[in-house]
Amino acid sequence: MARETTFAWPQIKLRFRHRETIAFYVLASPWLIGFLALTLGPMLTSFAISFMRYEVITPPEFIGLANYRTMFFHDELIWQSLRVTATYSVGSVMVGMVTAFLVALLMNQKIPGIHVFRTIYYLPSSISGVPVALLWMWIFNPEFGVLNTMLRWFGIQGPQWLFDPHWVIPAFVIMSLWGIGGGMVIFLAALQGIPQHLYEAAELDGAGVLSKLFNVTIPMISPVILFNLVMSIIGSMQTFTQAFVMTKGGPANASLFYVLYLYQNAIGYFKMGYGSAMAWFLLVIILALSGLVLRSSPLWVYYEGEMRG
Amino acid sequence: MSAKLTRYSKPHRTLFWANRRTARLLQRAIATVLILAGAVVFLIPFMWMVRTSLMHMGEIFLLPIRWLPAQIRWHNYLEAVQAIDFGLYFRNSVFVTAFGVAGSVLTSSMVAYAFARLRAPGKGLFFVVLLSTMMLPYVVTLVPVYLLFRSLHWLDTYAPLIVPQWLGGGAFYVFMLRQFFMTIPMELDDVAKIDGCGFFGIYWRLILPLSKPALATVGIFSFYGNWNDFLGPLIYLNSMDNFTLPLGLSFFVNIRGMTYWNLLMAASVLVLIPCLVLFFAGQRFFVQGITLTGIKG
Repeated sequence: MARETTFAWPQIKLRFRHRETIAFYVLASPWLIGFLALTLGPMLTSFAISFMRYEVITPPEFIGLANYRTMFFHDELIWQSLRVTATYSVGSVMVGMVTAFLVALLMNQKIPGIHVFRTIYYLPSSISGVPVALLWMWIFNPEFGVLNTMLRWFGIQGPQWLFDPHWVIPAFVIMSLWGIGGGMVIFLAALQGIPQHLYEAAELDGAGVLSKLFNVTIPMISPVILFNLVMSIIGSMQTFTQAFVMTKGGPANASLFYVLYLYQNAIGYFKMGYGSAMAWFLLVIILALSGLVLRSSPLWVYYEGEMRG
Repeated sequence: MSAKLTRYSKPHRTLFWANRRTARLLQRAIATVLILAGAVVFLIPFMWMVRTSLMHMGEIFLLPIRWLPAQIRWHNYLEAVQAIDFGLYFRNSVFVTAFGVAGSVLTSSMVAYAFARLRAPGKGLFFVVLLSTMMLPYVVTLVPVYLLFRSLHWLDTYAPLIVPQWLGGGAFYVFMLRQFFMTIPMELDDVAKIDGCGFFGIYWRLILPLSKPALATVGIFSFYGNWNDFLGPLIYLNSMDNFTLPLGLSFFVNIRGMTYWNLLMAASVLVLIPCLVLFFAGQRFFVQGITLTGIKG
């Protein structure tokens, strides 16, 4: 009897594991198919197409590095679009993160009605796209928009915003601040996870508000800062809808975001090869930036349980 | 930290507690004022949108600015609906969104269950791949995916917008649900197994019913994504009859060389209303959902 069971066990187990493996691959198949057909396959194809001239109606033609040569040496607009995108990213990520953090600090106070306020700050970040872009076009209207009207209260003659090459990117940054609610909620969750006794200990040491902020709060939530930073950079580098709807890249290409220019090339002029080369260049830039940020993180990110002098 | 605590024995300055209490009060007062001021700033765009949507066209272009309409024109909403074929675009948007949300909730939960519960060779690798696709810029696949759908003769149909939603619906949703499923005790699975449930039975009869808040969160995020999507319809839809609301709305900016801001704002309000309703209906779910994963949508 005993002998039989010892023989029977592994067999049942094997069959069970086998069934589990099959179940995994069946249930995960939608994503697996999607990953192969809509991500990995297209990524490799896009890399291949980037070495070709391909305008859809004519068959693709291998042209080596020509697309990349054009991109790096003969296309002024690429660099213009990179400048625009970089300026916007730096502005919106930095101002946005600081604002989101400060708002989260305020939201962490025990104040009556705080839930209503949290909703008010979070709400705009949950709506996006064309209606929001149209709304901000109208807010930025130099004559009749609400922004310049309010600036006039303080005796300031507001700029032309979307019509002024120098102010169009700041305008997009201001608009992005309306959507900081998502980042704020994440910061808030992190703030609420900081154990109260750390603050009590700091207070006993005579720490003031600022000292507590820089020595307790910021180190404790630095992993979340890192996460928000990487995701914000990646997101802001891919700005498209606002620019397409509000300015079409104008005035004088001052808001020609990289993805907008890529769209114009790939879908507008059917330059599939050139568009793919641009896409791969963006991927490399994003990977490099994320890598740089992650590499720098040991210098400023504090993980609990880690010894620090 | 324990080293610092030894300083506890030192005598404190007099009125230490009183000082701290006034400081707390002051801090709270300042915070309240700042929060109130910020809330007003955050609400101004909404008020501006609604205010404009209820005004006569002539009243919008008056200086100094009129803050409130002299006469509330609800009629603008009717005009806006008629001016942009709103009914048609609305039906199209509802169609795309309904099938998109259904697909992403169903398939992302299936995949998430597989990643949360089932053991299989290769799973670890696939999970890392899944996470890294969240960082991938969508433009890298834009051109080949366009060419793929083109060769399938899917241009100007809703398939390019809906089918990807049925293929996992996005790494973010899978990750979020997987995190949620991990919090459901494994013992429940064991009980279900003893009761004769297979893997699919556990997913369908145990995990899904226990995960309604997380599924609602994914459903809401997916609704926002599908309802507001602009680039997808812009690339794949050509004929006006197939346009979704965001696409139709974007073509409404210029009518005969003029921008009817009051109608445009009225239409924008109408497009946003479903999102706002859903926001208030589901906010308790998704704030929970976001904090669970520490990721925004």
